[in-house]
Amino acid sequence: MAKSTAPGLKLDSKTPAGKMSEKWEEYKGHVPLVSPNNKRRIDVIIVGSGLAGASAAASLGELGYNVKVFTFHDSPRRAHSIAAQGGINAAKNYRNDGDSVYRLFYDTIKGGDYRAREANVHRLAEASTLIIDQCVAQGVPFAREYGGLLDNRSFGGTQVSRTFYARGQTGQQLLIGAYQALSRQVQLGAVELYNRHEMLDVVVVDGKCRGIIARNLLTGELERHAAHAVVLCTGGYGNVFYLSTNAMMSNTTAAWRAHRRGAFFGNPCYTQIHPTCIPVSGDYQSKLTLMSESLRNDGRVWVPKRAEDRLKDPRQIAEEDRDYYLERRYPAFGNLVPRDIASRAAKVACDEGLGVGKSGLAVYLDFADAIKRFGKETVEARYGNLFEMYEKITGDNPYEVPMRIYPAVHYTMGGLWVDYDLMTTVPGLYAAGEANFSDHGANRLGASALMQGLADGYFVLPYTMGTYLSNEIRTGAISTQTPEFEQVEKEVRDRINHLMGLGGKQSVESFHRRLGKIMWDKCGMARNAKGLEEAIGEIRELRAEFWRDAFVPGRTDEYNPELEKAWRVADFLELGELMCQDALHRNESCGGHFREEYQTPEGEAQRDDDKFMYVAAWEWKGENEKAALHKEPLEYEEVKVTQRSYK
Amino acid sequence: MRLTLKIWRQGGQYKGEFVTYQLPDVNPDMSFLEMLDVLNEQLVNRREEPVAFEHDCREGICGTCSLVIDGRAHGPMKGTTTCQVHMRHYHDGDTIVIEPFRARSFPVVKDLVVDRSSFDRIIQSGGYVSVNTGQAQDANAIPVEKEQASHAFDAAACIGCGACVAACPNASAMLFTSAKVSHLALLPQGQVERQKRVLAMVAQMDKEGFGKCSNVKACEAECPKDISVQNIARMNREYLSAVFASDKAMV
Repeated sequence: MAKSTAPGLKLDSKTPAGKMSEKWEEYKGHVPLVSPNNKRRIDVIIVGSGLAGASAAASLGELGYNVKVFTFHDSPRRAHSIAAQGGINAAKNYRNDGDSVYRLFYDTIKGGDYRAREANVHRLAEASTLIIDQCVAQGVPFAREYGGLLDNRSFGGTQVSRTFYARGQTGQQLLIGAYQALSRQVQLGAVELYNRHEMLDVVVVDGKCRGIIARNLLTGELERHAAHAVVLCTGGYGNVFYLSTNAMMSNTTAAWRAHRRGAFFGNPCYTQIHPTCIPVSGDYQSKLTLMSESLRNDGRVWVPKRAEDRLKDPRQIAEEDRDYYLERRYPAFGNLVPRDIASRAAKVACDEGLGVGKSGLAVYLDFADAIKRFGKETVEARYGNLFEMYEKITGDNPYEVPMRIYPAVHYTMGGLWVDYDLMTTVPGLYAAGEANFSDHGANRLGASALMQGLADGYFVLPYTMGTYLSNEIRTGAISTQTPEFEQVEKEVRDRINHLMGLGGKQSVESFHRRLGKIMWDKCGMARNAKGLEEAIGEIRELRAEFWRDAFVPGRTDEYNPELEKAWRVADFLELGELMCQDALHRNESCGGHFREEYQTPEGEAQRDDDKFMYVAAWEWKGENEKAALHKEPLEYEEVKVTQRSYK
Repeated sequence: MRLTLKIWRQGGQYKGEFVTYQLPDVNPDMSFLEMLDVLNEQLVNRREEPVAFEHDCREGICGTCSLVIDGRAHGPMKGTTTCQVHMRHYHDGDTIVIEPFRARSFPVVKDLVVDRSSFDRIIQSGGYVSVNTGQAQDANAIPVEKEQASHAFDAAACIGCGACVAACPNASAMLFTSAKVSHLALLPQGQVERQKRVLAMVAQMDKEGFGKCSNVKACEAECPKDISVQNIARMNREYLSAVFASDKAMV
């Protein structure tokens, strides 16, 4: 177990001193190095093979460390980063439209509603330009102009065009680039790949993370793997809501198990609800599909002004009977307001009874004007694959009829608390990409998730891990034949046997669905104290019922997806409670966290900077115990904190 | 609507056989995989073992889902992965036969799940540009003609699902391998290792036991990302010129 800390203790972010724009350069100039012959004696475990994991593994392998990569997928290329559509931000200023590192930094801080750590965000903006260079050198086929140079588009929450894209498949192309770099290191023998292996716990020895217990998903065997450092690149926890745009297997297990071993969980209540997703169509629904935010560049969002027009053919509704509510409420940014604002505005419209379609939980995203202005061909070139996907799922043709969209859970800004080095509160245990909490504050801007994953993996961890690993060169190989490994393996085995032996009557899936409903209704787009208190009680009851009445078929010693799901859902049932607890304690609204009690007369989020300008980092205290709150105060040296406005 | 499913079961209590299931109430708006979710929920409630099948993103991009539906890889619709097939394309009373992707180089793991790690090894053999982190020049220092970039993208759109192998009577991996060879051969970044790459990847492909190409073109027809067989022609050209240019040809 990691050291226990006194509640209320202020966390040290280890942010370097100096001017904001010089901190990272300064840090890099003084970070302790590990010499090439010593790197060979250092083992690093990377869990997850998405943008953060694959890029970190490739880069650390290139440096000469012994790297092992674990993924529960059949191939590292399947990681959920692959599904990102719209693009990746970088302060290249190739458009000459006034962009700069500072402006990307500023937009990200403001977009995050002043709840992110400035130094991390500045570093992210600095790394952004290097990412584009690296990816192009790998052969990532970004969109280009006729002159052969790179094209850009604009995204929500910014007034410059800094988003690089590869049709509607930017995540796929970036991930394949990182996967290929990783594959090269596998071929060179620097990285060892463990496909179809799921990390089920971390092992802490004398206060340091020294390895993991992984389950071979084909044989069910539990394996011990030791290392001098472990990096969790295991993505976000949006699937706690059951319905989300996350892939079906995305889960919180690695992060949650680390949390239970001493890693604090940062801002768990900060979840991003993406405004443009295909609405729910029925009870059987397994996931929601996102339509890229880039669509808001040319699509206009509206609802009918009168409730009686809700079910009318939208093409028959006259211009003056439509409410283009984003353009009306936010004239400066119009349809390109940040995600949290666009989502909430859609909810407000639907709450007022103006939502369209049978469920009344949808708004229109209309391309008629864009088609009139640019022609169908141009619109097709920009969004063809998205339109096709929409038609496949809904059966409607968006060239003819406006799309129907509704917000859905998409991303989690919260995650394991990390310091400037991306190290958690357990020494030697790192978290990168969506798995950490670090860069997006209370709301993430579009096209910034890919940027963060790759910045962490390619350009941050290879430097910052040296700070810790330079002290490990004399440690020597770490044995897995120790009481600590034995104990953790036993706990994992006991939990698996417990799950397999439950013998109840209800499917794991049904518990997940019920948890999701509680979370969406009471810890979703809008929250209030009463609902959150109820949710905590309901989740506790549901968790008890799960351990009483769930049923897991099959055996432990074989490929058993139901067992995998059961373990993950059991972890979600614990995380959900912490999210509600965090949302309940944060008596303010900020970014994706909207507490109904705290809003301006116009219905905008009302922050309370005096009381809540800190990162809430929660310490695990045991099952059915209340987690302990620690605070990392956020001090803004560079950006002047104001009320966020997109009007 | 009412459907009859004939599903290949293998592993556990099943030696390898088709098992018939009835689904009395399928909603036409469901996706194909949601229909299988409903079946599995029923099986679990009856204390039977659910059908193992692979899936993840359910948006047609991760390449995980992998079913042969009524004899066709990824089912009846062109340019569509299994997860994007919706039940509105079926009719009340239909019988649907569901099998795994079948190929010697894709051994069955369980029921409808196969092992496609051979694809990883083909990429590992050379499907990349050798550039370490930090070695890159400014991105705009490498201009790429727009149309050329677009062709490279068309090849790079491959999701590595393996439908091409499942569709091919020879279980050939030529479309998959040639898509990566083409993607990189069409870009200036890929030129330095162009010849080495194609030789290594073809050698690995053969080593994995995939069959030869006999120009059936079923791969292109079933590819969910419409990868063209022109890539195979390009790879053959690349391979021949690499063989002639290499020392091996002189021996």
